[in-house]
Amino acid sequence: MATESNNPPLLDVRNLRVEFPTRRGTLVAVDDVSFDIAPGEVLGVVGESGAGKSLTGNAIIGLLEPPGRIAGGEIHLEGRRIDNLPYEEMRKIRGARIGAIFQDPLTSLNPLYSVGRQLVETIRTHLPLSAGEARTRALDLLKEVGIPGAESRLDHYPHQFSGGMRQRVVIALALCAGPRLIVADEPTTALDVSIQAQIIALLKRLCREHGTAVMLVTHDMGVIAETADRVAVMYAGRIAEIGPVRDVVKHARHPYTKGLMGSIPNLGVRTERLTQIDGAMPRLTEIPAGCAFNPRCAERGSRCLVERPDLMPAGADKAACWLHDRGGVGRPLAKETIDA
Amino acid sequence: MLAFILRRLLQSIAVLLTVGLVAFSLFRYVGDPINAMVGQDTSMEDREALREKLGLNDPAPIQFFHFIVNAAQGKFGLSYRTSEPVGRLIAERIPATLELSFCAAVFALFVGVPMGVYTGLYPRHWSSRLFQAVSLIGISLPTFLIGILLILVFAVWLRLLPSFGRGDTVMIGWWSTGFLTWSGLKALILPSITLGMFQLTLLMRLVRSEMLEVMRADYIKFARARGLTNRAINFGHALKNTLVPVITVTGLQLGALIAFAIVTETVFAWPGVGQLFIQSVQFSDVPVMAAYLLLIGLLFVLINLAVDLLYFVVDPRLRSQGGSARVAGH
Repeated sequence: MATESNNPPLLDVRNLRVEFPTRRGTLVAVDDVSFDIAPGEVLGVVGESGAGKSLTGNAIIGLLEPPGRIAGGEIHLEGRRIDNLPYEEMRKIRGARIGAIFQDPLTSLNPLYSVGRQLVETIRTHLPLSAGEARTRALDLLKEVGIPGAESRLDHYPHQFSGGMRQRVVIALALCAGPRLIVADEPTTALDVSIQAQIIALLKRLCREHGTAVMLVTHDMGVIAETADRVAVMYAGRIAEIGPVRDVVKHARHPYTKGLMGSIPNLGVRTERLTQIDGAMPRLTEIPAGCAFNPRCAERGSRCLVERPDLMPAGADKAACWLHDRGGVGRPLAKETIDA
Repeated sequence: MLAFILRRLLQSIAVLLTVGLVAFSLFRYVGDPINAMVGQDTSMEDREALREKLGLNDPAPIQFFHFIVNAAQGKFGLSYRTSEPVGRLIAERIPATLELSFCAAVFALFVGVPMGVYTGLYPRHWSSRLFQAVSLIGISLPTFLIGILLILVFAVWLRLLPSFGRGDTVMIGWWSTGFLTWSGLKALILPSITLGMFQLTLLMRLVRSEMLEVMRADYIKFARARGLTNRAINFGHALKNTLVPVITVTGLQLGALIAFAIVTETVFAWPGVGQLFIQSVQFSDVPVMAAYLLLIGLLFVLINLAVDLLYFVVDPRLRSQGGSARVAGH
């Protein structure tokens, strides 16, 4: 159900910047990030821990934890600017227009209330339904997310559900007021591998049926390849590469993405050893000048040390790498030697 | 659930029997009551006759048995001091103590919990810091000092409130209440604040730290992501999750309020069981002391039973385990 690009995007993020003021200066955790999501589209966001992908998701739903704050840029949902709304206005959008799913289904549900009560509470916060109607809707949702014996399960408490079942309840909660966008932050990381595929398939099916767009934040490239329409690769608070998932997986344009793809085991191909990217992502306090990836990059040149590349067209994608600029990377340089 | 209640009841009876044993041993080891009851010039024969009449010559197990059987019927014998039935002495005094403890508990709960919620929700606000500072004073000043300071300010300087006694009381059956007269209510204010101050600060600090903890929980973040109102999140989701430890402490403190009203009653010359107990200690009035011990033991046991049952109401995780587990996760 991915819509053509000439339609207005559902979500439009422009030059988003998230900062953390600290005693030793301001840390920029998300820097100049721009992307959009079309209605019904699934955008995967990948990157290592600390790349800024979860913070981007939290900024969109307006739940950055203080002292983190949006320091620049704009976020538009359905044409309406939402990053500067008062708390109460944003609250009405959360749950109603943007749903959210978090990493750990075991702790996302309040242990003291039955799942039915939590569903009804959310439904009635956003929709003008009577208690009885809301309960019927809650029941339908539980059936829809595939909970066996939904009628009897409605009055059960979270601890009476398994992890996978709880994540289904969480999905039902995120969907219950019919949002247009779901921000799913590592929705399967805490689950057994055997359950992960089920949950991803469920999320994908429900969003297709409801026409809900998804921003799927994960560090699991396999999940992205299976689920997403487009993918954004984040590195050190910036988008390194963004494009249709097929192009990014098959023809990665950014050296970092190439490294990521090389580190995924491929069952079909016999490989002696997976490629790895030497070194680690820099801390927020130590982001190098020029391209943030340059110390770990095998293809870097003199230009990469001084000039920071913005996203530029690269094949079917966009990549933030001077390799794709007419000017090139400059004089070739060796990778920095990295101590073990 | 029923099995759990039965087990709890049996445990309660065991606890009360133990308290009874301690109370009973008072009779044997705290002085010789005969010396306190009779004059210097009473003859040995008269003393021995009195000893026989009071049953003090029976073997210890028999005496204990009589003691328990009588205690179960509310009969604690005659006071050595006033020769009145102990049951009546206590019945006369207990309304004063219970009304005082009740007011102190209400004061502590209805001021302490909201203050704790507020300081937990807005830990950086200047008024939260003020509450914190004041609570430090409340928790570190001894009860009698708070009482004396309150008397100095409100009774001596401002002459607004009485400094001692219960004021006028009204009898409802055998229960004398100070709730129905203006002077009775005025007399309750200072002692209730004095007695409740420590519990108030304790509750405030407990609720505050529990709230701080719970507000960081994932289900609170998820509740925000679902767009619930702040009111629903703060009071429906957060406060309810702090309740199990709060109920535990409130229950224990309620018992402590009744038991340790002694100091407050002494400071304010409050005619309650605490004051009766102090007088009895000075006089080695063992039947009164023993009855007081048993009464406090009974109150503690009852309150703890109520607390255990409240856990089930609050936390569904306990209900489904058939009541076999206590609150382990808290």
